[in-house]
Amino acid sequence: MSAQNPELERLANEEYKYGFVSDIESDQIAPGLSEEVVRLISAKKEEPAWLLDFRLKALARFQEMLEEKHEPGWAKVDYPEINYQDIIYYSAPKPSVEVESLDEVDPELLRTYEKLGISLDEQKRLSGVKVAVDAVFDSVSVATTYRAELEKQGIIFCSFSEAVKNHPDLIKKYLGSVVPYSDNFFACLNSAVFSDGSFAYIPKGVRCPMELSTYFRINSAGTGQFERTLLVADEGASVSYLEGCTAPMRDENQLHAAVVELVALDDASIKYSTVQNWYPGDKNGVGGIYNFVTKRGACRGKRSKISWTQVETGSAITWKYPSCILQGDDSVGEFYSVAMTNNYQQADTGTKMIHIGKNTKSTIISKGISAGRGQQTYRGLVKIGRKAEGARNYSQCDSLLLGSECGAHTFPYLDVENPSATVEHEATTSKIGEDQIFYCLQRGLSEEDAISIIVNGFCKEVLRELPMEFAVEAQNLLSLSLEGSVG
Amino acid sequence: MLEIKNLHANAGDTPIIKGIDLNIGAGEVHAIMGPNGSGKSTLSNVLAGRPGYSVTRGEVLYAGQNLLDMPTEIRAREGVFLAFQYPVEIPGVGNSYFLKTSVNAVRTHRGEDELDAMDFLSICEEKMKLVEMPSDLMSRSINEGFSGGEKKRNEILQMLLLEPKLCILDETDSGLDIDALRVVAEGVNAMRSPDRAMLVITHYQRLLDYIVPDRVHVLSGGQIVRSGGKELAGELEAKGYGWIGNPE
Ligand SMILES: Nc1ncnc2c1ncn2[C@@H]1O[C@H](COP(=O)(O)OP(=O)(O)O)[C@@H](O)[C@H]1O
Ligand SMILES: [Mg+2]
Repeated sequence: MSAQNPELERLANEEYKYGFVSDIESDQIAPGLSEEVVRLISAKKEEPAWLLDFRLKALARFQEMLEEKHEPGWAKVDYPEINYQDIIYYSAPKPSVEVESLDEVDPELLRTYEKLGISLDEQKRLSGVKVAVDAVFDSVSVATTYRAELEKQGIIFCSFSEAVKNHPDLIKKYLGSVVPYSDNFFACLNSAVFSDGSFAYIPKGVRCPMELSTYFRINSAGTGQFERTLLVADEGASVSYLEGCTAPMRDENQLHAAVVELVALDDASIKYSTVQNWYPGDKNGVGGIYNFVTKRGACRGKRSKISWTQVETGSAITWKYPSCILQGDDSVGEFYSVAMTNNYQQADTGTKMIHIGKNTKSTIISKGISAGRGQQTYRGLVKIGRKAEGARNYSQCDSLLLGSECGAHTFPYLDVENPSATVEHEATTSKIGEDQIFYCLQRGLSEEDAISIIVNGFCKEVLRELPMEFAVEAQNLLSLSLEGSVG
Repeated sequence: MLEIKNLHANAGDTPIIKGIDLNIGAGEVHAIMGPNGSGKSTLSNVLAGRPGYSVTRGEVLYAGQNLLDMPTEIRAREGVFLAFQYPVEIPGVGNSYFLKTSVNAVRTHRGEDELDAMDFLSICEEKMKLVEMPSDLMSRSINEGFSGGEKKRNEILQMLLLEPKLCILDETDSGLDIDALRVVAEGVNAMRSPDRAMLVITHYQRLLDYIVPDRVHVLSGGQIVRSGGKELAGELEAKGYGWIGNPE
């Protein structure tokens, strides 16, 4: 359209700005997956026998699934076969000794996070708001901030590896209790080789006084990232947790297969927000992260609540369905999602709301935006169990198409076994309105700005669920991800 | 201010404007009247640079510059304002945010500083009084769920804020009750100034009782078939468009 527009040119030429590689020596093991590799990872982490056992069971099951070709084929995504023997399953920045304070962290690592806009220096907050950060670099957690302050209230927030050492009872009790090791192909792989991640426990009656967050960074070539996040909110506790991710620009695809488990007991609430900005590959679809993730929360307690909010702009392929198991009576599950696919990106994402308890309630708001040759699928399951008297669900799935070569698909599955349930589903697909763009241009906005505000408006119901600073970042990301989608 | 010379234009592939000549000087208000389908909206869309409309012959000068060479948003920033016959709804985008973005885009183009939220609000409140705009409309999404009258007031509010040099009003009166009509006309009259030109498009004469034009042109079949002073509007009202006849 308006090719003279300099802003458009600038945006169109802007690269993925997190695509740099840090020069940090790493301790890597050779590529390949075997019992030996799993034992090696476990040994590096000095894990107890029961955890090694968990890993080995997962590995055995994964190898079976691999042989039986259980890699999920039902998702509407297309990629060449992954050779699981080519992946490096462990890569840690050297020296891999545990640090007592941030002063001991390799300055190059700190600089890497500064460049990503994440300050690991507690004195130097970037946003003016306190956010405790666990920084995961390749396979390990390199730093966790504000721990002392959190500990005063009995809140545990640390890397997964430390939690295994210092809070083995909690890990033993909850690990795999929401996503069993054999749950699905990628969860099974993760359970065998996961290297680190974050753990948080909020004790009874405590409202976590600041946002907790994990920032994932893949740096090394040829590695996969397999992290594990476990959050437990005890009775009456509440927490808001954020997750961000970036990776360097590379021609090869890298696998990220994470597992996130959330547990909310009576009257507890967990709000889990993700801004996913893994490298999406280039304009021609070369490179990018395969983001194959299992996220699930269990509302175990009465009146508990789990709310997922995700803004998915990155990754070559996204395969994820953050879900809620609504066991406790009167528990509440929410899923708010914006997914954007541009160029050759593919996303198959959605949620599962499993209603088991009485008067359980779930809300699904999904906004999909496709541009370029992006392909996007919403896939969601609402299951109302036999005993879920008075369960209610409301689902709304809207798709916005920018251009004519992209696609949007919606697959809502419904399984209602209790006749007292109320289930509502609304879906719309629309093309971005020429008349809306003209209206904006006539008021002096550039075409790029016009599209950006229209898209942000389309996503508003989801974006407003994000914590303040994240919402701003997410809006900028959406605008950036649209680069080159007009013209 | 605006010189249209032998303009021919298509909507899509269909020739609609078939040779229009029109000069509007600074400080003048011209009215274009004409039956439905005569090409009034097409003319305003062509002047504003709407995609899908193409000029096949003729030229348009705006303040001496070739208007047709300018991209749509540059025309807007240079001071061409179109009040839409059907204002567009944009869900999820706050009206006030949109207005501020728009005002600042124009200010930046003029080399002026952007207005911050406070300054914008105080200017906005003053103009809102003029068009009797309820303040809750500012926090709602652009035009979403607005009544017909509210949409038109919102258009006039934007015009007041952007201070354009050429105002084109496309059937701003249609669908308005008499009170809303009066409010809209007052807003427009407040904009009349020696360095501003206005093109008021209407189907009915009644708007011209409130906004008294310097010249009236009658459009039919894509051509101006008659021009005259403000009395022409009254004459048309009395005799109907049939009186004009069809040029073809
Ligand atoms: N995009 C378009 N493609 C083809 N014909 C169009 C288009 N827009 C308008 N027209 C036709 O052009 C004629 C003039 O329309 P318009 O300018 O809207 O008239 P008015 O505003 O005077 O009622 C009508 O016959 C209308 O159907
Ligand atoms: Mg019209």
